[in-house]
Amino acid sequence: MHSVQSLLTSITATVALTLSVPNTSWADDPIPVVATFSVLGDMVKRIGGEHISLTTLVGADGDTHVYQPTPQAARVVAEADVLFINGLGFEGWLERLVEAAPFAGSLVVATTGIEPIAFGDHDDHEEGHEEATDHHGEHGAFDPHAWHSFTNAIIYANNIAAGLAQVDPTNAGFYYQNHQIFVNEIRALKAEADVIMAALPIDKRTVVTPHDGFGYFADLYNLRFEAPQGLSTESEASAADVAKLILLIRKQEISAVFIESITDNRLMEQIANETGAVIGGKLYSDALSSEDQPASTYLDMMRHNTKTLSQALGD
Amino acid sequence: MIWELVFAPFVEFGFMRRALLGCVAVSFGATPVGVFLMLRRMSLTGDAMAHAILPGAAIGYLISGLSLSAMTIGGLIAGMVVALTSGFVARVTAITEDASLAAFYLISLAVGVLIVSTRGSNVDLLHVLFGSVLALDDAALILLCSFATLSILTLAVLLRPLVLECVDPQFLRSVSRLSAITHFIFLALVVINLIAGFHALGTLMAVGIMILPATAARFWAAGIVGLISVAALIATLSSVIGLLLSFHFSLPSGPAIILVAGIGYIFSLIFGPVGGAIVQALPRQKT
Repeated sequence: MHSVQSLLTSITATVALTLSVPNTSWADDPIPVVATFSVLGDMVKRIGGEHISLTTLVGADGDTHVYQPTPQAARVVAEADVLFINGLGFEGWLERLVEAAPFAGSLVVATTGIEPIAFGDHDDHEEGHEEATDHHGEHGAFDPHAWHSFTNAIIYANNIAAGLAQVDPTNAGFYYQNHQIFVNEIRALKAEADVIMAALPIDKRTVVTPHDGFGYFADLYNLRFEAPQGLSTESEASAADVAKLILLIRKQEISAVFIESITDNRLMEQIANETGAVIGGKLYSDALSSEDQPASTYLDMMRHNTKTLSQALGD
Repeated sequence: MIWELVFAPFVEFGFMRRALLGCVAVSFGATPVGVFLMLRRMSLTGDAMAHAILPGAAIGYLISGLSLSAMTIGGLIAGMVVALTSGFVARVTAITEDASLAAFYLISLAVGVLIVSTRGSNVDLLHVLFGSVLALDDAALILLCSFATLSILTLAVLLRPLVLECVDPQFLRSVSRLSAITHFIFLALVVINLIAGFHALGTLMAVGIMILPATAARFWAAGIVGLISVAALIATLSSVIGLLLSFHFSLPSGPAIILVAGIGYIFSLIFGPVGGAIVQALPRQKT
């Protein structure tokens, strides 16, 4: 079966080559693609399967906000046929990299077609003005952490499949088949999460995380996330932000404190110490975990975050 | 009113008290060292040593994660190696100490950046390596206070040879073997105070609390005791005011503290009675 398929694809590829369609590659040769960070990389891997050779620039547990491209990164980008990026200003360093590389393939922005949340829409940060303006300069006007909404993840998957099919039309069927399976799994997980999150009490829906990475998740499930560090992990907390969080916890308006995999969690631990709040667990926001941790794929990450949040808020 | 503005934040919030204690410990430990650095015309040495420490702390972090002791020990080793080798080279070869220090700290820094980069972790190490003054836990506070105590006690023992070394190093070298020992112990003090400052103020702000109050004190006092007391006072005041500004105006704490110290320096530079701008501009009175 497999050999028949590969024979078929190679025939098609040969035909395609003789017709000199641009950007075609040998069917047996996986096409080189690059994804900027681990969450996106996992999605691309799900859809591209063995027909792509994927390089992820910012790997597991890495922080995309502060990533600095290496010459090696420039080389893989220069050699790539497709470059998948999140967009919405998440990869601030990308423009320089693409120019320096130089990159001549096709660029797929995974957030194309989503409805971005503007800063401050999901969260009132009156006291974080300095920080908020700081982020505007760096991030653009929208919250880039869009993959935390299942609906957006399906749009990501659509964009990825379309991007791969365009560059490698011979395997388009394969990509769309994987895409369909992946989308079905996302839908199934969303249905599961909807039930779990709907069961949470109405008055216990505010939580603290180190940096503001969960705006889309919050919107989806009517939660409120407070963060001393604001939207980028790069900024430094002020005493005012910390005091505000402590007051909220004391007034019992905040139900749980979480730590994140990519941030410095000492501040969270101090806040928990001072207020007696319990650390509800570790959430994954901007990067997947390594293989031995519970969030090594996109679906696992979403499952883990949902479970951790609902366990901390449910009791 | 005053209560609300100045005392309430510290009474109400434990993290503010911890931050204050950490800053006061660093103020008392680091500023006397800063005064001697200034008197020996080595103010920029503090900055160079700060860079020399980073790689050691980074290696400590890469080996055992976010562990206070591993990062402190790593920093100490890197700092001491750079201080000792550059001091040694300066004493046995023709090169001057500042040049050899510059050479060695750059080597150390390059090694550090290389290790961090090849390790491939994309978490911003500088950010992770050193905490914020708002997140001092018990272990960090104990470390800061012990380093400050150690530093003050050592300086008390070494005061005489250190002052001599500032005033007339040739003389000290000719009458006593203490010269070299004093010098190396002093550099060690610079290193431990920088590490303490790192934990409290994060990355390069640590040098600020060491140097700025000392240079500001220069415009208020001439004697060594006066210099040290004024410097420690300015550093403590800057810590309190900086933390309060961070609290009331939502500013990041480390830079706020150092900026207040910087304003203190500029104020002293203009109004200070000992060689300040205004005093210098006034016509000399005949006595």
